Amino acid sequence: MAADEQMSRTEEKAVFQRPHALLPVVTNYCPGCTHGIVERLVAEVIDELDVEGRTIGIAPVGCAVTSYDFFGCDMIEAAHGRAPAVATGVKRSLPDHVVFAYQGDGDLASIGMAETVHAATRGENITIIFINNAIYGMTGGQMAPTSLPNQVTQTSPYGRDLDTAGYPIRVCELLSTLDGVAYLERVCVDGPKAVRAAKKAIKRAFQNQVDGVGYSLVEVVSTCPTNWKMTPQEAFAWMRENMLPYYPLGVYRDVQADGFANAAEAAFARAQDCPMASGKAGR
Amino acid sequence: MTEKVLMKGNEAIAEAALRAGCRHFFGYPITPQTELAAYMARKLPKMGGTYLQAESEIAAINMLYGASAAGVRAMTSSSSPGISLKTEGISYMAGADLPGVIVNVQRGGPGLGSIQPSQSDYFQATRAMGHGDFYLPVYAPSTVQEMADLTYVAFDVADGYRTPVVILADGMLGQMMEPVVMPDAADPASLPAKPWAASGHAGARPHNVINSLHLDSEKLYQDNVRRFQTYERIKRDEVRVETYRIEDADVVVAAFGAAARIARSAVNAAREEGIRAGLFRPITLWPYPARALQECRARAVLTVELNMGQMVEDVRLALEGATPVSFFGKCGGIIPTPDEVLDQIRGIAEGLGE
Amino acid sequence: MAKGRVEIDLVFCKGCGLCTDVCPASILKLDADTITQKGYHPAICVDEAACTGCATCALMCPDVAIAVFREVRA
Repeated sequence: MAADEQMSRTEEKAVFQRPHALLPVVTNYCPGCTHGIVERLVAEVIDELDVEGRTIGIAPVGCAVTSYDFFGCDMIEAAHGRAPAVATGVKRSLPDHVVFAYQGDGDLASIGMAETVHAATRGENITIIFINNAIYGMTGGQMAPTSLPNQVTQTSPYGRDLDTAGYPIRVCELLSTLDGVAYLERVCVDGPKAVRAAKKAIKRAFQNQVDGVGYSLVEVVSTCPTNWKMTPQEAFAWMRENMLPYYPLGVYRDVQADGFANAAEAAFARAQDCPMASGKAGR
Repeated sequence: MTEKVLMKGNEAIAEAALRAGCRHFFGYPITPQTELAAYMARKLPKMGGTYLQAESEIAAINMLYGASAAGVRAMTSSSSPGISLKTEGISYMAGADLPGVIVNVQRGGPGLGSIQPSQSDYFQATRAMGHGDFYLPVYAPSTVQEMADLTYVAFDVADGYRTPVVILADGMLGQMMEPVVMPDAADPASLPAKPWAASGHAGARPHNVINSLHLDSEKLYQDNVRRFQTYERIKRDEVRVETYRIEDADVVVAAFGAAARIARSAVNAAREEGIRAGLFRPITLWPYPARALQECRARAVLTVELNMGQMVEDVRLALEGATPVSFFGKCGGIIPTPDEVLDQIRGIAEGLGE
Repeated sequence: MAKGRVEIDLVFCKGCGLCTDVCPASILKLDADTITQKGYHPAICVDEAACTGCATCALMCPDVAIAVFREVRA
């Protein structure tokens, strides 16, 4: 009631409201889960670029599976790991539309690694938002391709054993070698400053698609308070202490910063010494 | 165009798909479907379409899933081992009610099997194109002309019922050359509208969601019930079958696809010997033309297949024990000869005479 | 007089406390006396007069439970 009285006396403007591209639906995410922050940033970017009406999102399998109910744009639910292939099919059918996939670490870097690498190397002009929280959340906390060495999970109860389970995958570093890639950045959302930086990166990744710059991926180092068995606050602290040294934040590829208009120009420059690739050889 | 042209079966499928308005093809190399993909790779880029060689059959079927979800006519083709990889995506297509045409130019199995013709994916095509409760229409061409005609029809059926559709051919039909009259190219404006597609809402409607997940048990149950009501309409309206010299036949040979060509020769040879033989040739393997088989007044049925005996189970199911059913088949790329089939017919006819 | 105001939607708030951690004025707390329909102790503003409308809380909220308003001079 106090608020109503205030409103009657003074004028107010909303400085923060739910973005249009994020439907007013209560998510299935646990308290403090960063999925909610990242999905809101994606929706804010869709609003700011004014592309909701021509955007198609691809939902993964994992905790974000029901994100097709959260985003206001048209949505497609993909099989586990196949989002980049589905996104490819959509983008090739509707090249003037904006197509993004939202994927977790198991989806993108384990079962879907082939689709991830090949969509990237084909230079599909799509946007990938990659949530890396080093664990399988939805199935109850199993070891992920990005689980850290010695990290205890349900399926690495004595800690991730490098002799038997091998090493985690650093996705941005791996994809940075591919000619088809235009932009890769790793961010996190553990505080207001980080959230602003993450949004800037996500906006770049969408703007690149609109401008035809090429394949763009933003990796968000995230938390899973429930399966890490921590409070959201403890989870951020653990993430800062253990994940960020293993997964350093930063830009891993940016063809525009390197002076090229798009991924294709950068790839062409890299291939100048190859007569076949540079078009200097006969067929 | 009513001009007859000489074409390979695999190419006839590809050309018919283009004429049906398909502009998006996603594949992965495998023998013996090769010419189909190669034809698409030649034609589609010149038509403003997409030929995309995917990183795997799994990726290819999911690209088809995406293209179909976006509302365009699209297809993929493969051969037996590749189809096994596609079954995940086909199940998702069925669950999300997505149209799309999947061609299987069969080769021998199981495993890597052989690259020779086979019909050993009958069970897979009619029963097990992925996990979950679903069927999908399966067309079994027997000539190059049917490769074209049924592919053209498959796109309409896929869109009309919102279901994936399978063309079940084999290496023999795929490689064979025959004269074919191509169907006229569809007018793109005449293709059905897809208001359900995820093609961007343009601010004009609530968002569309293409999805096969229903965490609420009742919703999943109702979704399956609704889909099975569609299957009943398909069973009622889309059954296709050819019967040949069957009116007075004592011995009916049941065969589909390439095996039906051999069976037809054997039936003709048997007739010349005075044996009343006929041919029952399902063109849709699902829905199975069970009623047409029941209506044959055969005293015995011989099923001939290029496998160890798969369709014979549907023949027995249709006849419900009322008629004796026997099987003759070879596999591994070995094609039974008409004489071998004739021997089988003779043996059955002699048995009936006793 | 307050320069800003927050509205916390109890349907959405899951009581994670990320907003309370970052509020520069330290005026957001989890309300131990209230239980939402989903069973959480939601965030509340304990000193409305001190809110500047900076929206830092909303920036961190994973559930978009917070709307922020600021006074404007006519």
